[in-house]
Amino acid sequence: MNIKIKKAIHNRELEALSLLTVIVMWQFAADLLVKNKLFLPSFVDVVLSFLKVIKSGAIYTDLSVSLLHFVIGMFLAFIIGLPIGIMMGWFKGANHVFDPVIEILRPIPPLAWIPFAIIWFGLTHQSAGFVVFIGAVFPIIINTYTGFKSVPVVYVEAAKVLGCMRDQNLIRYVALPSALPSIAAGVRIAMGVGWMCLVAAEMFGVSNNGLGYKIWWHYHLHQMDFVLVYMLLLGFLGLLIDRVFRYYVDDRLLKWRVGVVM
Amino acid sequence: MGRLTVNNVSRTFYKGNGAPTIALSDITLEIKDKEFVCFIGPSGCGKTTLLRIIAGLDTPTSGEILLDGTKISVPDAKRGMVFQEYSLFPWRTVIDNIAFGPQMQGKNKKESLKIAEKYLELVGLEQFKNSYPYELSGGMRQRVAIARALANDPKVLIMDEPFGALDAQTRNTLQHELLEIWRKNNITILFVTHSMDEAVFLADRIVVMSARPGKIIDIIDVDLPHLRDRTAPESNELRNHVLKLLAEEREK
Repeated sequence: MNIKIKKAIHNRELEALSLLTVIVMWQFAADLLVKNKLFLPSFVDVVLSFLKVIKSGAIYTDLSVSLLHFVIGMFLAFIIGLPIGIMMGWFKGANHVFDPVIEILRPIPPLAWIPFAIIWFGLTHQSAGFVVFIGAVFPIIINTYTGFKSVPVVYVEAAKVLGCMRDQNLIRYVALPSALPSIAAGVRIAMGVGWMCLVAAEMFGVSNNGLGYKIWWHYHLHQMDFVLVYMLLLGFLGLLIDRVFRYYVDDRLLKWRVGVVM
Repeated sequence: MGRLTVNNVSRTFYKGNGAPTIALSDITLEIKDKEFVCFIGPSGCGKTTLLRIIAGLDTPTSGEILLDGTKISVPDAKRGMVFQEYSLFPWRTVIDNIAFGPQMQGKNKKESLKIAEKYLELVGLEQFKNSYPYELSGGMRQRVAIARALANDPKVLIMDEPFGALDAQTRNTLQHELLEIWRKNNITILFVTHSMDEAVFLADRIVVMSARPGKIIDIIDVDLPHLRDRTAPESNELRNHVLKLLAEEREK
């Protein structure tokens, strides 16, 4: 191959090419090798099903219900996880109080909480949110704690000699901004885990809508093309949420870190 | 006023196994208002510990520190400090770093920024107003750190080897600028250094300390007018004197 042509193929094009190859191979495999819509729906099948889902409007309800579960869980994880992480990182006593409990609860897989979620909250949006919360809260606590533990002493001392003495102010003006990169990383991990918990949280039928719920519903109808549509939707939406978060945090909140060797 | 009295200050640290290390032993020192005092001595002589105690960041095991006759124990805005390592808040722009002190004194945002602009001008970094610390060179960062400490209008400025990490050229420039600032602002400056040259160039008095236990072995008055010629015979003579003191101490 000519070197010039090689150079002309930019990274973007390579990426597009890679995706295209997979799609073509998929279609080929489904049409010519598997020849069974149940085992492997083809790309075209999935696109057509996707259009049906859009046309019927189901997708909008599913998206909003899933996002509702996700937002309930993430919001609770943040407003509960952040203060606990801050207290553990800043006050030595608090660490000893919270740490044993957290260390015991943390290894329990979030999905193991589903029975209690149902008993406590019933088949409601809150119980799905609760499972997302369990998945998301620990990464937030732990990264906030780590971020606060690693605040350089010199920043705290500099603030003190500038007249910033109270814990409340030191946390707000020094420790929190200093720990922000670590907290942001924790929230990102939490969103990833929370998103994964979503499917399981919805499968026990808290609502007749939702991306996770629909996967099981279509599975029971053996409509695997629809199952694949919802799987891909979960993938794309997860990616989108991560990108938006990263864009916002890196470009706005953490721009002071540009140039820091990572 | 910025008259400091150090009364019989001792500081003992205890290691993990309980073994005591005497960092400071019975230090007594009187520092006049508007005086420029340099502290010099070998590593581990407790000069940094003494300054940290004066700043309120450490507590003496015994003894007391008085500022204008009033006992001090915790940090406050009357004593500013410039650290050896870069201590600017990396998440704040230059101007917001300088405005931090006034803000903590309860001044509103607008007022704080106005004060900050004044001190930014004093250190000549107006064009870096909205830069983040990572965008500045080492010398500029220490200039901002000085401006930040001064923005609280302290009576005493405590400087712990502030120019230690800078190259010789930048160091000389900053020494000149510091003298200028000291003259303009009527403050007492306590300055820890490793450099004989720096002490002789800057100080009204040089406090020479020895290690283990940290104590004062001599206090030298420098009766030379500013700006001093670094290579003048008087400067050399002083440097020799201090060097000899420290060498004798080492041989003990």
